[in-house]
Amino acid sequence: MILFSRQGKIRLTKWFHSVPDKERKKISRDIVNTVLQRKPKMSNFVDFMGMKVVYKRYASLYFCCGVDQDENELEVLEVIHRYVEILDKYFGSVCELDIIFNFEKAYFVIDEYLLAGQLQESSKKKVLHAIEAADQMQEEDQEQEVTRSILEEFGLT
Amino acid sequence: MPTVAKDGMRGLAVFISDIRNCKSKEAETKRINKELATRLSMDITKRNTFVNCYSSFYSGTMLTIGHIEAVNLLSSNKYTEKQIGYLFISVLLNDGNDLVNLIIQNIKNDLSSRNPIHVNLALHCIANVGTREMAEAFFNEIPKLLISKEDIDQVKQSAALCMLRLYRAAPDLLPNGDWQNRVVHLLNDSHLGVVTAASSLIHALAEGNPEAYSSAVGFAVNRLSRIVTSTYQDLQDYTYYFVPAPWLSCKLLRLLQLFPPPSEQARLIECLEVILNKAQEPPKSKKIQHSNAKNSVLLEAINLIIHLDNDAVCPLLVRATNQLGQFLNHRETNLRYLALESLAQLAQCDFSREAVKKHLDTVIQALKTERDVSVRQRAVDLLYAMCDRSNAERIVQEMLAYLEAADYSIREEMVLKTAILSEKYATDYNWYVDVILQLIRVAGDYVSEEVWHRVIQVVTNREDIQGYAAKTCFDALQQPACHENMVKVGGYILGEFGNLIAGDQRSAPLIQFQLLQTRFHLCSSTTRSLILSAYIKMINLFPEIKTEIEDVLRSDVLQKNSDIELQQRALEYFKLSAISASNTEMLATVLEEMPPFPERESSILAKLKKKKPAAAKVIESPTNEDKAKSLPVAKMSNDPPIPQAAPQQSSQDLLVDIFATPNTAPAPAAPSADPSYGMTNTAPAAAAPSEPPPLIDSHCQKFFLKNSGVLYEDENLQIGIKMEFRERLGRIQLFYGNKSSSVDISSFKADVGSIEGLNISTHQEAPNTITVGSQFQHIVNAETTKDFALFPILSISGIYGGQHLSLRIALPVYMTKFSATATMDANQFFQRWRGLEKPDQQSQAVFKTTSINREAASGILSSCGLTVLEGVDPNKENHVAAGILHSVTTIGVLLRLEPNAPSSMYRLTIRSSVPAASENICRLLQSHLQ
Repeated sequence: MILFSRQGKIRLTKWFHSVPDKERKKISRDIVNTVLQRKPKMSNFVDFMGMKVVYKRYASLYFCCGVDQDENELEVLEVIHRYVEILDKYFGSVCELDIIFNFEKAYFVIDEYLLAGQLQESSKKKVLHAIEAADQMQEEDQEQEVTRSILEEFGLT
Repeated sequence: MPTVAKDGMRGLAVFISDIRNCKSKEAETKRINKELATRLSMDITKRNTFVNCYSSFYSGTMLTIGHIEAVNLLSSNKYTEKQIGYLFISVLLNDGNDLVNLIIQNIKNDLSSRNPIHVNLALHCIANVGTREMAEAFFNEIPKLLISKEDIDQVKQSAALCMLRLYRAAPDLLPNGDWQNRVVHLLNDSHLGVVTAASSLIHALAEGNPEAYSSAVGFAVNRLSRIVTSTYQDLQDYTYYFVPAPWLSCKLLRLLQLFPPPSEQARLIECLEVILNKAQEPPKSKKIQHSNAKNSVLLEAINLIIHLDNDAVCPLLVRATNQLGQFLNHRETNLRYLALESLAQLAQCDFSREAVKKHLDTVIQALKTERDVSVRQRAVDLLYAMCDRSNAERIVQEMLAYLEAADYSIREEMVLKTAILSEKYATDYNWYVDVILQLIRVAGDYVSEEVWHRVIQVVTNREDIQGYAAKTCFDALQQPACHENMVKVGGYILGEFGNLIAGDQRSAPLIQFQLLQTRFHLCSSTTRSLILSAYIKMINLFPEIKTEIEDVLRSDVLQKNSDIELQQRALEYFKLSAISASNTEMLATVLEEMPPFPERESSILAKLKKKKPAAAKVIESPTNEDKAKSLPVAKMSNDPPIPQAAPQQSSQDLLVDIFATPNTAPAPAAPSADPSYGMTNTAPAAAAPSEPPPLIDSHCQKFFLKNSGVLYEDENLQIGIKMEFRERLGRIQLFYGNKSSSVDISSFKADVGSIEGLNISTHQEAPNTITVGSQFQHIVNAETTKDFALFPILSISGIYGGQHLSLRIALPVYMTKFSATATMDANQFFQRWRGLEKPDQQSQAVFKTTSINREAASGILSSCGLTVLEGVDPNKENHVAAGILHSVTTIGVLLRLEPNAPSSMYRLTIRSSVPAASENICRLLQSHLQ
């Protein structure tokens, strides 16, 4: 799965197979070039090196998934859409910058949503719930940290 | 809402611009180190941001620092740090990184944590890295999480997909046990997320072994029926734009496609009907997502219907075809694309074939007007799939017309498809010849060798069209613009059948010859060689123009040509012609008309199959049409029913490859078609030293049954080989002898490379110089790691009397050399035999043999390393043998050989735990038993 901007800058990649780094770069570049050349009225599917690339553009950002030939294309298209919806809900009207600056969050969302290239949880609420639970823990950590540093400052530990 | 500390961002910007400005890698590393040192002491939020940024932007330059840091973060107790550490590992870690070993312990700790979020993090990490090492470490742990009663749903979901990933990475390590039965029950889970994840896992598992998971069918049908009959309010958050659980439905439908139709399929058919019905209901929402989700389920249901393909679903197939037909004019490009794709599948089903054909006009329209090349490509596929005798002429005509404007990317495939269709459904072979010649004219560059080889082959085998072909070729060559492939076909056909049109004044022999001569200089050297062959044939056919042709052959341009092949042909043909002056019979004998080509599968079809395995099947299966005839639907078609059966069947058998070479050795096509091939090929291979020399492997056959002998021999060098094997180790001794009487071989180098599955190490190096009349030894050791099918290659180079010596010789190390005896009685044998009954574990061949001789066959079996077991098979004539092949794991091999004396045929069946090994051994043995 690859996210990239209209200018062809790659914003996020996620691989569900182990592929050597060199090949990863090459494949991503090729996919970006193929997809960017396509015109708006064309279908959302392209044949690419023995697999199918399903892509969709949301504002300035392209979302691409490379899938097997026998995969159901519309299903994948909606997998993408649901991911966008989840991001949208989480960031509150998501934009490219959100993904650039909080890419770790985008990754966490993918992990909750897709695993091993398969849908893990299709319910928007449940995915968000999981992410929020994780965020909660993160905040607790930070609070502890802050408290401790205050205590440290007063020389109380 | 996460916010990023402002000052952190500014620091980051400075840092990044610093890095960008760094001139060298060292400077960059230094800057990063500095940053790390300062940042590590900072508070936690900033530190996270930075570690993150480092890891994603600069992974290339600071692998070591970053990795160690990540491991530290991973083992932290703080959730934030742990999370970042895991993220880092997931994003950056790839196969073959030692770091995996470092983190395994940490992951183990987290897996056994009580906090489900920690467990999930660990599972995500395992699934994201998904290497073999991970599988080794965790494959046995995860099933517990998957089926335990107390674990929460989220963990189960992650665990299921984690298993899936590990199974893909290392299918052989899949742990056995109770969990395999229980995982199927997850399809019944109350949590739809768990069902979704589990169905993905079961799909993957069942793909390899459908029988073991056949109990999933019942559960899946149940679940599916509950989903499709529910209204969109029922499933709450699992409803997606008014469609209840679209993804899960698709997954279940796909899962069901792995299994044979269930015996009780009424319920399933009911579900499918509901899906088809719902697809026709007016949309509940105008949103594209609604229709996408609905149609994705519909298409998947249609796939399942196609898979079932029996009488009971016949009405559904026709209905599906009609519903898809409506999509062909849909405003959404995606839907048109998918409809074309699915219709191509439906065209292969007997029940729906006729229904698909109704849409011919629309599809042709799509081919002409569609703006997107990938949609047009689907249209071509569909036309190819729906083509039969009744519409072949129209479809081929349309494809030819489109070809002129077609995109370059799909031209070659279109040419192949057009060629296949026109041959397969030709009633009039003149038409076929016309089509192919037109193909060459329209898209000459995309006409592959196979296509024009094939047309020559067809013409040679069918006397009735030879005259017509010669005339058409002659006409085509007279056109001002003429593709080189046209010249090739024309040259060959005129050489063979030019006499058939020589009676006509307009195509008198001399004119034919002059016509070829005008094309001669514009062609590549292979084509020129082919034309030269045509000339010598013309001398035979038309003695009256002998002098003109001899003048050409004698010309300096040819006799002193820098191209060795041309020069040699010109010389030899000229001599041959000169000899014929005194001995006319000789020329006639050498240049006798080509005999019909032996029967073989069409090489065009083979090529298409290589390109697109699925597409070729359409045409390949001969039963398709025969079956259709017995059905009411097909009878309504307007084809003439009786006479088509015979020519259709024979067309594929009669027309055979001309140049398709058996097996591997790709001989240059043109000369091999030549009657004088033997003569022209006598020149020693004049390979430039820069090109790799051709691989020598003809000797390998004889070493299948023995372990020592002469490997290679020429005037100067003789190489002997002696091999010994024990379990998975082998020692190969090579002896190099300098046979010449005066010159040493200097700068001698001999090297054997490892291949996949076989590691080669040098035990004793070959000497640098091989002196006159002496022999030297070179020893290498071989060790198997898995099954293999190729030969290791011995590369030899050296200098011999100023000449460059370069050889590549295959070492006849067969997989069977590493076999050990295995004795067992009838009971044991058949028990194991039955244990290996998956279709891919078995490899079978039925073939003719020259003589059936029990002793000889047993001899072959035992000398290739198998243990012949007597008195095991109830039929005394049958041979039964077993062996154990050694590699890292041992591979058991079982064999049955059943002779059929009256027809002198053998049936050979091999079963082994490794599919590739069965296939390989079957192939090898077959060639020796024939």
